[in-house]
Amino acid sequence: MTTTPARRARGILLTAGLAIVLAAVGVPFYWLVVAATHSSQDIFSSPPPLLPGGNLPENLATLQETADFGRVLLNSLLIAAVYTVCAGAVCTLAGYGFATYRFRGRSGLFGLIMLGLVIPVQVTLVPLFRMMSDLHWLDTYQAVIAPNLALPFGIFLMRQSMSALPAELLDSGRIDGCGELKLFWKVALPPMKPALAALAIFLFLYQWNDFIWPLIVLRDSSSFTVPVALASLQGLDNTDYGAILAGTAIAAVPMALVFLALQRHFVSGLLAGAVKE
Amino acid sequence: MTTAAPARTRAAAVPAPGAAARRPRSRRRLAPYLFVLPALLLFAAFKLYPIGSSFVLSLHRTVGGKETFAGADNYNRLIHDPLFWTALKNTAVVLVVQVPLMLALATGLAVALNSRLLHGRSIFRLGFFLPMVTGLVAYGIAFSVLLNKDYGLVNWLLGLAGLDAVPWLTDPLWARISLGLALTWHYTGYNAVILLARLQTVPAELYDAAAVDGAGAWQTFRHVTLPGLRPALLLTTVLSTIGTLQLFDEPFVLTGGGPDNATLTIGVYLYQNAFKYFDFGYASAIAYALAVLIGILGLIQFRILGEKT
Repeated sequence: MTTTPARRARGILLTAGLAIVLAAVGVPFYWLVVAATHSSQDIFSSPPPLLPGGNLPENLATLQETADFGRVLLNSLLIAAVYTVCAGAVCTLAGYGFATYRFRGRSGLFGLIMLGLVIPVQVTLVPLFRMMSDLHWLDTYQAVIAPNLALPFGIFLMRQSMSALPAELLDSGRIDGCGELKLFWKVALPPMKPALAALAIFLFLYQWNDFIWPLIVLRDSSSFTVPVALASLQGLDNTDYGAILAGTAIAAVPMALVFLALQRHFVSGLLAGAVKE
Repeated sequence: MTTAAPARTRAAAVPAPGAAARRPRSRRRLAPYLFVLPALLLFAAFKLYPIGSSFVLSLHRTVGGKETFAGADNYNRLIHDPLFWTALKNTAVVLVVQVPLMLALATGLAVALNSRLLHGRSIFRLGFFLPMVTGLVAYGIAFSVLLNKDYGLVNWLLGLAGLDAVPWLTDPLWARISLGLALTWHYTGYNAVILLARLQTVPAELYDAAAVDGAGAWQTFRHVTLPGLRPALLLTTVLSTIGTLQLFDEPFVLTGGGPDNATLTIGVYLYQNAFKYFDFGYASAIAYALAVLIGILGLIQFRILGEKT
């Protein structure tokens, strides 16, 4: 490809155009950070604040006072971490089983789990809520974690990635005298690190951001996760938006950082699941 | 593919099939079931059982925490419930207006991101994907303040341009537009990345051939890019449809279903019936109506978009 002046001009035009669109997409992020550092009165003044202010400590103090936000953050972190490890194990084991073995009922069972992708979440909400209530699990971590451990998308993702494992590799492991579990642990998992990283980020983000299910099973404000706490603050009559938006920014920034740090794995891992048929 | 090659040549040296049978057969046979067992048990307990149980519930009437068998009463009530039809209509509007617009935008974005002329492609890809990572509640709250009629940044900017303030969240029509904008902001980049990945599998020779044949930009797009994108377009369409029919978080946080039920979706209506009025039977009937709708629309989309793939 030779670069003619016309092509170069078109490239610059395209880049500049997309940069403007991206800037517009970034406005809510920028504004969230700005608003988090102002008082509610400042946020709702005209003209609205365009640069960061100095009210962040006060906002955080209000947040801690009204919503016990430290506790809420801890709830969210613990739930998301435990969920990521447990759901990661369940999904990886199942993905490996479906991808590398031929067994009776394989496609039927996999199809059944994929049904979970299409059935709307709402169909199961009411019976699940009653189940949690009967188990006396309301307001507990396990109520949030348990129902989504066998996440269909996670199983799908791992099956896609694991099916790239060459059968010869596993067979040679068997010849060397590996048991099936050791084979999984020592032979199959090591080359799967990028896929596992993608799965981990996906699961963590999924749980960190999940709203409707925690909203239903968490009734007591001391057990709230971040999204539930923020939504409940917004419902108050004299909502302190400075405090809410500080909480929102806190909830969003670490996620953005985790994502930025590991995005290479995340996007490629997700795409492996999304596009291969 | 490339990673598989060395392993294959190495394995060719050993007599694979006979040797593999040396392991105890019964254990080999049982192994796959043990790997998938945890997932299947959890899935049966927390997905299959509730799906069945939800149907049974939908045939009962809940009064003061007690249930009595009511046959098809809940479904009958559903058909005559104006609020259900409002919710259905609102959901359909998003499906017919926002989803096609968003997917067209995502396609354009994917083509632009795939262009060899673009500088800093990876930064753009990342940037446009980032909104997807933001939690629904977080961006819902941010948007609700940005779009505030009197003090929001958006109306202030419109004022600078000499335009009147727009009642983004308080007028029925504008509330719908706001919801559409928020959804588009959140999901366009994600869809673009899925489409982009597919686009990268379209052989470069096809583009070269089109160039040799003297095809213009539009013709190339129409005859090379679009057919190549078909499977990914099917995927994004089906995913967006399912997502739209289940729409809950955004209207719940952004508008609470208002004003005047203009953004009441089936998801929000279901939630209200179940967890505000505790009418579990009726909520389950709504859930089943929703599941049937998703099934029908999914089938139609597979028929239309999937027929040539």
